[in-house]
Amino acid sequence: MSAHDDLNIDRIANLARLALTPEEKVKFSAQLADVLTNIEKLKQVDVTGVEPTAHAFPIYNVWADDVATPGLSVEAALRNAPEKRDNMIVVPKVVE
Amino acid sequence: MPPLHFSTIAELSDALAAGKTTSVDLTRAVIARTQAVEERVKAFNSYDTADALAQAAASDARRAAGLSLGPLDGIPVGIKDVIAVTGQPLTASSKMLANFVSPYDATVTEKLRKAGAVIWGRLNLDEFAMGSSTENSAFHTTRNPYDLERVPGGSSGGSAAALAAGEAIATLGSDTGGSIRQPAALCNVVGLKPTYGLVSRYGLIAFASSLDQIGPFTRSVEDAAITLQAIAGHDERDSTSVRIEIPDYRAALRTKKGPWRIGIPREYFGEGLDPEVAAAVEKAVSFYEKMGCEIKNVSLPHTEYGVGVYYIIATAECSSNLSRYDGVRYGHRSADAKDIVDLYFKSRAEGFGPEVKRRIILGTYVLSSGYYDAYYLRAQKVRTLIRQDFLNAYDEVDAILTPTSPTPAFKRGAKADPLAMYLCDVYTIGVNLAGLPGISVPCGFSSGGLPIGMQLIGQPFKEADLLAIAHAYDSAHDWSRRTPNL
Repeated sequence: MSAHDDLNIDRIANLARLALTPEEKVKFSAQLADVLTNIEKLKQVDVTGVEPTAHAFPIYNVWADDVATPGLSVEAALRNAPEKRDNMIVVPKVVE
Repeated sequence: MPPLHFSTIAELSDALAAGKTTSVDLTRAVIARTQAVEERVKAFNSYDTADALAQAAASDARRAAGLSLGPLDGIPVGIKDVIAVTGQPLTASSKMLANFVSPYDATVTEKLRKAGAVIWGRLNLDEFAMGSSTENSAFHTTRNPYDLERVPGGSSGGSAAALAAGEAIATLGSDTGGSIRQPAALCNVVGLKPTYGLVSRYGLIAFASSLDQIGPFTRSVEDAAITLQAIAGHDERDSTSVRIEIPDYRAALRTKKGPWRIGIPREYFGEGLDPEVAAAVEKAVSFYEKMGCEIKNVSLPHTEYGVGVYYIIATAECSSNLSRYDGVRYGHRSADAKDIVDLYFKSRAEGFGPEVKRRIILGTYVLSSGYYDAYYLRAQKVRTLIRQDFLNAYDEVDAILTPTSPTPAFKRGAKADPLAMYLCDVYTIGVNLAGLPGISVPCGFSSGGLPIGMQLIGQPFKEADLLAIAHAYDSAHDWSRRTPNL
């Protein structure tokens, strides 16, 4: 059995907070199985003792002076909010 | 000199300095050209003629006052619609951001303004820069100006097609796995992906943050040098931006004359390479040989794993980056959500297109508990080996020459299978994984009249050398100055 046989699309879609239609689930499962089969090739590579690369040119500890600089105005920051009231973003009720 | 809308930055900056034209005339010519051909090319998501003409008038006023800002002053530059421009739409060609208006300028936009450029229009792409044809745009597919039935490449297809069609004098794109170089090759323009960290990503909509880099599309390598000069440099708002001294790239084209040692990686000339592309690239190799360069065979033995590594790392990073689109603070919000969690699920389902969903699913899977080591960690380790392959090659050569794309532009709808589309990037992906600079330069046409591009890959932060090597070829040929019959 190859690893992607257990790509459980419902579990993954739930983790990704993405509602998929039944058609999308069938289609994506098949397409991603193809892609994962291609990716399986990586198992042939001997990576013993190889360090992972997160960035090609790693930079650590980037510090900035602790000085306040102008940011977006409230109006600009809320300009793209889907729903707003009294300088706040409105969302559905979170706590019952 | 060709018509204004098909001229280079170098030609136009001379004409502007000599008073032979004005930025307003030039901008009007670009607008007129756009209005004449855009219905067929469909390169733009939006443009604002009044805003562009106001910028052009300001440029002319600066010049009249003796305060010209340099070679880009007054030049209309188009922007890929993933790069923020204050007060203008910023959509990433996604329904998710269809109504988003940018509240600020990206650093590159700010830098172009400081160089006097006229910011002109927002250019179409594959949704969130995920694709190789612009067919994944939620709005429309951009056409290849050399054959309207074919794709312009992607993801920066609008940036390449607009330039090739004379709808801008230069454009910006972004390149995560080939998204500047591949469309440049397919549309007969020059496309440069700088070294990771040379150009700030602040204000670029994030796709895969360890791979994304902004770069220019231009009509000559010299124009690429001029545009890179304006956008390169450290920016404290991007913590991966590197502090290095920026050389004079345009001057380097004249001072660096070679001969160079050029590496040819056998892994890039194998199965799947179109014979006409191979022949055109081999002719370019002969050119360098005749000018006295040493041509050496090199090996990049982990090349075949590049696509696999890329589609793990890029999708993992995209699944994380795109988690911000949840329907709460900005972007599409579903109208019929029952509660806050339902709002996330439905807003994302309605806002994202199929390719974006596929990549989020794949990325979430490879990062999920139980699979992280097998996929993501292993991919990061193979990434180290891919990078090491290039660095080993650079012990022997100054640059590496390859085809940019395995084939010329393909027909719309020809690659409906995602894996077939992913394999379009086989020659460009390694450069992103290794963080190197790469440039695509036009090097011929197929028998069917479709453009062919070659890719030169340079050493980290040695864009001056890479551009000089590319310029030696480009200035001795007229491929990049040819224009389509539209």
